[in-house]
This record gives sequence, C-alpha cells and structure tokens, in this order.
Amino acid sequence: MKVKVKQYPKPPEGSWTEHYPELGTAPVSYESSISPEFFELEREAIFKRAWLNVGRIEQLRRKGSFFTKELAVARTSLIVVRGMDDEIRAFHNVCRHRGNKLVWTDDPREEAKGSCRQFACKYHGWKYELDGRCSHVQQEGEFFGLDKADYGLVPVHCDVWQGFIFVNLAKEPSQSLTEFLGPMNTAIDYPFHNVTERFYYRGDIRSNWKVFLDAFQEFYHAPILHGRQNPVMSNPEYQRLGFYTMHFQIDGPHRVGSTSGGAGGLLPPEALNPIEGVMRSGLFGPWDTADIGTEGFPPGLNPGNKKGWGLDSFQIFPNFAIVFWETGWYLTYHYWPTAHDRLLFEATLYFVPARNVRERLAHELAATTIKEYALQDCGTLEATQMGLESRVVSTFPLGDQEIMCRHLNKVVNDWVADYQRSRAEV
Amino acid sequence: MADALLPPEFSYLEPFARDWCLASEPERYAKRLASTMDEMQAFYGALFPRAEEAIAYLEKFPLHDLPDDARRLLQLLYSLIMVSFPVEIWRQPYLPDTGTASFELKDEPVP
Repeated sequence: MKVKVKQYPKPPEGSWTEHYPELGTAPVSYESSISPEFFELEREAIFKRAWLNVGRIEQLRRKGSFFTKELAVARTSLIVVRGMDDEIRAFHNVCRHRGNKLVWTDDPREEAKGSCRQFACKYHGWKYELDGRCSHVQQEGEFFGLDKADYGLVPVHCDVWQGFIFVNLAKEPSQSLTEFLGPMNTAIDYPFHNVTERFYYRGDIRSNWKVFLDAFQEFYHAPILHGRQNPVMSNPEYQRLGFYTMHFQIDGPHRVGSTSGGAGGLLPPEALNPIEGVMRSGLFGPWDTADIGTEGFPPGLNPGNKKGWGLDSFQIFPNFAIVFWETGWYLTYHYWPTAHDRLLFEATLYFVPARNVRERLAHELAATTIKEYALQDCGTLEATQMGLESRVVSTFPLGDQEIMCRHLNKVVNDWVADYQRSRAEV
Repeated sequence: MADALLPPEFSYLEPFARDWCLASEPERYAKRLASTMDEMQAFYGALFPRAEEAIAYLEKFPLHDLPDDARRLLQLLYSLIMVSFPVEIWRQPYLPDTGTASFELKDEPVP
C-alpha cells in the first residue's frame, strides 16, 4: 500500500519547541523520575496543590450516590458524594472519633462505591450526614464536653467542570478550578453527558508516573513500538519517515497535541487487520461517526484548526488527559503515582451508548485494541524505568515531536522549585 | 438439540460455545492466555467467515433484550475479537514484550 507520510508546517521560529522559548532545547534530566526524595516533594508541591480529577458526575447519579478514591500520592482516601441537596462534595475518608477509615467494603485498601443516606463508622458507630455533619455519637453522654458540631468530616475543596469532578487538597487553593484549567481547556464544550458508555481499565505499573505519562503525550514512538500491531504504522514509509503531529499548544501547565485521523473506513483492506473490516472499528475507534447530539463541531477541539484533524490529546496537569476522537468518542487517562517508581494507571473509554449489536461490537473492538496498545506501553515503560535507574546516563535529548514531554518535565520542576521557595520564606 | 446454547442457525458453532461464551472481558482475556494457538485458530476459523451473518442475525433484536441464545452468540463475537489479536497479529496468546505488566478491565457495558 502507498501511504504518504505527512509533515505539517511549524511555527515561524522553526520548531514547536522554540516557539516556547522558556522550554529550551537542551537535553533533560530524568533524575526527578528516579529519586524517592523528589517524589516526596512532588506529593506536597504538586499533588496537594493542583486540582485533581477524581471522576465524573455520571458515577454519582442519585442523591446519596458515593464513591471513594484512594490517593496514595497524598496518603489519603476521599469520599466523593452527591448530597440530598444534589451538591457534590468531597471529604477525607476518616472518622473523627479514632481515625478509622469511614467508608470501605471488604478490603480497606480497595475503593468502594454505592448509595446511602448517611455514613456510619464500622468501628463504634459514629454517623455522618452526606454533607459531612456528625449526626450521631454512640453513647454520647460518656464523652467530655463533646459538641457534635465540632466533629464533622474534614472537607476537601471540590468543584465540577463539564461533569468532571475535581478536588484540591490544599487548605486554600491558590486558584479556582476554572483559573487553574485556563483558557485552552475551558474553551472545550463537549456533550460528555451524551457519551456515557464506559469501559474502565486499570493497571499497576512499575514505572515513575512521568516516565509513563510521557509515552502517552508523544506519537513519535507509534510506528516503532506499535508497528507490528497496526498495518498502517508497519508500512515501510512510516517505518522510514516516522509520524508527525499536526499541532502542539501549551497553556500554563497544560498542553495539547493534535494528529490526523485514521479511522479505518478510508483504508484499503490490506491496511487493516481482518477483524477491523468486519467490526468497522479499530485503533482510532469505530469507523462510523456517532451522533454526539451537538450541532456542529464541539468548541475547543482542534485548537489549531487543522484540516484532516483526527484527535486531540489534552494533557491536563498534573496527571489527567482527555483524548477526543473524530468519530464521536473520547477517553481519559489518569496517572496516579503510588511510589517514585510505581503508578496506578487508569484508562476509561466513553462512547455514545450502543443502540444495537453492531455498534456495541465496534466499541468492543476499540476497547480491546486500546488494551493491546497499552500493554505494550506498560512493558516498555517498566524497561525505561530500569534504564534510567541505572544512572549510567544523566541527560537525554528530546526532539521537537517530544515537546510535551519536555514541557511536563519543566512544569514539574517549576512547581517543586516554587514549593521549596515558599517553604524557605516561612 | 435440547441442550443447545446457540440459535439453531448457528448450531455449527456449538462445539465452541461451552469454552467461548464468556460474559466478561476478564474471563475472555484469561481464556485467551490459557488457550493454545491451535485452539484459538480453530475457533477463529469457524466463526470469522460467518461473523457478518451472526451480526446480521443479532441486529434483529434489541441490544438490551436479547434472548439467551442470542446473548451467547454475541459473547462468541466478543471472544472472536479477543482471539483476533493472537491469531491475526501476535501468533502467540500473550503480547510480546509486556513482562508481568497487567492492565485489567474493571467496568464494562452489559451486555
């Protein structure tokens, strides 16, 4: 098959990277990905100060719906709950009496979800309203001057953008969620509420969260690491010339990359795995565009306004990504560090709910395909972590296609430096 | 056949039904890893040429109100998708170069 590897115009500075001069072009250090001490700083400087996405409102459909979120990176667990007033709130998952973890099922280390009228502690039966107020103290008369009003659950700042529930663990966040997300992200107006059929994957991976995330914010590796799986990428032209991203954009700590499309309907049969032709689906998702229920193209997507647009990969600092695909579906990634050399990786695919077997099968193939790709990344990134930890090499060159990796590296270092400065001033 | 699992039109697939009518992706993935290439090739070889026919048959029913035998036929198609990766691409049950990495589906649409 003949393919034409497309290259796209770069900014007048000659490269995407030099368009953002603060990034520099020098080789970068990955010491921040192999140092346990640096990870301790990241906990405080980043994960206890940035807004973190912990889920979507569809996970809390009714008054009293809740889920818990384990945040090993902040050494805490949260309860996220829809109250009787329909307000979504977040609390630390800790009973005020003697510190027992309040909400869990079977295994205290696992996340829980469900629906309830109030939370009751398994240990001594203290109870809490869905808005956090302490409503019952067992044998209250035995306590000394105890006022239940002083013993509500410890709240966490919580806000919702486009149905995504964010928390901020700071006592007083320095920015509102909207300010934090900035103009590039908040320009997105997508009918997420219509795209709710959900496949949720998670994996426990032995690599630093940034080392792992970096593989999901460059497409440079696609024809090589994933070449065998995909007949298009394994084409000699891609193998020889590589793959180019259409558009990069940086806004504050956040970044986006856009690439061309590739839903297989346009490709000749020899460019497809046979199953793709039958299911009309594959790497770029279902071939047939779903009706997401909007008139026209959703605002905020394809920020470079490129012809032949296929997907946007919005990287929302620090550890959240939304990828929008041209045929009317999206997915999210979350990268939750659990140690300096380990992370919990979550991938969630969202489709317009299937109306028939054919649509459902197209979703199944798209989801299974993503898993095959992700597993290839998982194995390789454990290998990268091992290579970095040898400390044989201390700095690494990043090309223009890897501008987003360079940017994350810089933002993390900046946030940590800012935190250290603020500590020094105290 | 009194103990048939699949719609009569697809009785030729009965030999595969007990093994491959699996309701969830984790079961299908585990079955893939536990199978030989010969077993998956035989299943793929039987179903793939008739997959379009099976989809057309299933399209006659509402997705959320499938008769039991049709639901099992749909599960066979999900299993076909699962084995297509080892059969069409990898030539082995597991992905090359993935070590002990795991990536598990914890929540999926039903059916």
